[in-house]
Amino acid sequence: MGLGSYISLKDVVFSRSGRRIFNGVTVDIPRGKITAIMGPSGSGKTTLLRLIGGQLRQDSGSLTVDGHAISELRRKELYKFREKMGMLFQSGALFTDLSVYENVAFPMRVHTKLPEDMINDIVLMKLEAVGLRGARKLMPSELSGGMNRRVALARSIALDPELIMYDEPFAGQDPIGMGVLVKLIRDLNSSMGLTSVLVSHDVKESLSICHYACIIADGKVIGTGTPEELQTHPSEQVQQFLNGHPDGPVPFHYPSSAAAEDFGLAGGVS
Amino acid sequence: MIDRIASFGRSGISFVISIGRAGRFLGGVLSGVPRPVTGFPLLLKQLYSVGVLSLAIIVVSGLFIGMVLGLQGYTILSDFGSEAAIGQMIALTLVRELGPVVTALLFAGRAGSALTAEIGLMKATEQLSSMEMMGVDPLRRVIAPRLWAGFIAMPVLAIIFSMVGIWGGMLVGVEWLGVFEGSYWGNMQASVDFRDDVINGVIKSVVFGFVCAWIAVYQGYDCVPTSAGISSATTKTVVYSSLAVLGLDFVLTAVMFGNF
Repeated sequence: MGLGSYISLKDVVFSRSGRRIFNGVTVDIPRGKITAIMGPSGSGKTTLLRLIGGQLRQDSGSLTVDGHAISELRRKELYKFREKMGMLFQSGALFTDLSVYENVAFPMRVHTKLPEDMINDIVLMKLEAVGLRGARKLMPSELSGGMNRRVALARSIALDPELIMYDEPFAGQDPIGMGVLVKLIRDLNSSMGLTSVLVSHDVKESLSICHYACIIADGKVIGTGTPEELQTHPSEQVQQFLNGHPDGPVPFHYPSSAAAEDFGLAGGVS
Repeated sequence: MIDRIASFGRSGISFVISIGRAGRFLGGVLSGVPRPVTGFPLLLKQLYSVGVLSLAIIVVSGLFIGMVLGLQGYTILSDFGSEAAIGQMIALTLVRELGPVVTALLFAGRAGSALTAEIGLMKATEQLSSMEMMGVDPLRRVIAPRLWAGFIAMPVLAIIFSMVGIWGGMLVGVEWLGVFEGSYWGNMQASVDFRDDVINGVIKSVVFGFVCAWIAVYQGYDCVPTSAGISSATTKTVVYSSLAVLGLDFVLTAVMFGNF
């Protein structure tokens, strides 16, 4: 994937509050494809997105996006560079004091000098793309969780970014909402030629739309490849995660002292 | 014993780190060049939110404090037959001390806590993060207008507080208790110096405004993004602002009026 990589992480080490989150992560994310980053809760998937977006900086290792070392960009350069990125947050993160229309128009009003009629056309087109043109006058508090995320998606593509990152887009969605988001992610990727990074632990939905997937656990990449390659991956940990086995390399029981000791049967079970 | 010393040391280090972070935060907010076209509407909106919406509590409090000063002043001064000096007593008390201090305490409780909660909630709901990811600096877009609004609104509110207080004192002293109106206003004009009293009072309120707004926006921006974190940050805003205002008031009073 080397030459076609849009994002490249090499031996990335990152710690927070004394806890090692990544211990030498190496991943290449190809240009123009959907890459799913999967892993158990707390494995640092969202942290990885924040590293890519420059909201956090790695302790060591290199991280480049479109050939730019993110951690070496100055503050102003970083903000300028982010205009090429879109991010869909788990909560949607819509501005609660702005209407749906104004939320989508926000990036254009801040970063461009487009005339109002052109902003109006683009906002309506973006809302049409997510099926919510009719909801443009509503406030975020009047939207359902799924609609909230679709508006946020329209906002994140308002400036036609090169990269879009999805943070747990399927979490808490009903089957219809999930289906809508799966369709939107797939359609947007193919119609706009976006590089998409999808962070999720919804295995079925993620594998159904991604071109490549990468599984992170214990601070490392434990498996990577196409969905078909992952299904036959030899790692027990990968198989446990993909098939949802309750016990395996990730144990069912939290580490503890011997049961007999805790139950006061130190002499042995009679 | 060693544990207590270590704990004390940790608290001290944590306090110094927090001061350092607040200083860097302030530097980040103030470092950008203001953009009048985009910045002014945002500032105007915040001036309405922290200034105009605080007017009711400021006016009502100023009125009652002025009226109480009128009553107390009359009771004390009439023992010495000097009730005619009630005007200068009320004016000096309000302009030098109560105006800036009480306004700052009310501002911290009404507008400061609202600023902290609003920014904290924006952080908890990832609105600040999403702004960053859109290439918009929240320090300039969200924090700076609120900081400047607090800074500008406080002196204006303090002046209004003092004016209403003086009028409230007149209602009690002149209209109710019968002090001669000419001596109420005349003594006030003769004894209140514009530079020494009014300007010093305004300087105090400018300092309090800056400190209260800084504490409020920093606590919101730095809070733990949970409901408990926002609640704690809001409490800290009111407590820290009140203590800072009272402490700074003593220092400023000593510098301004301490010609012993």
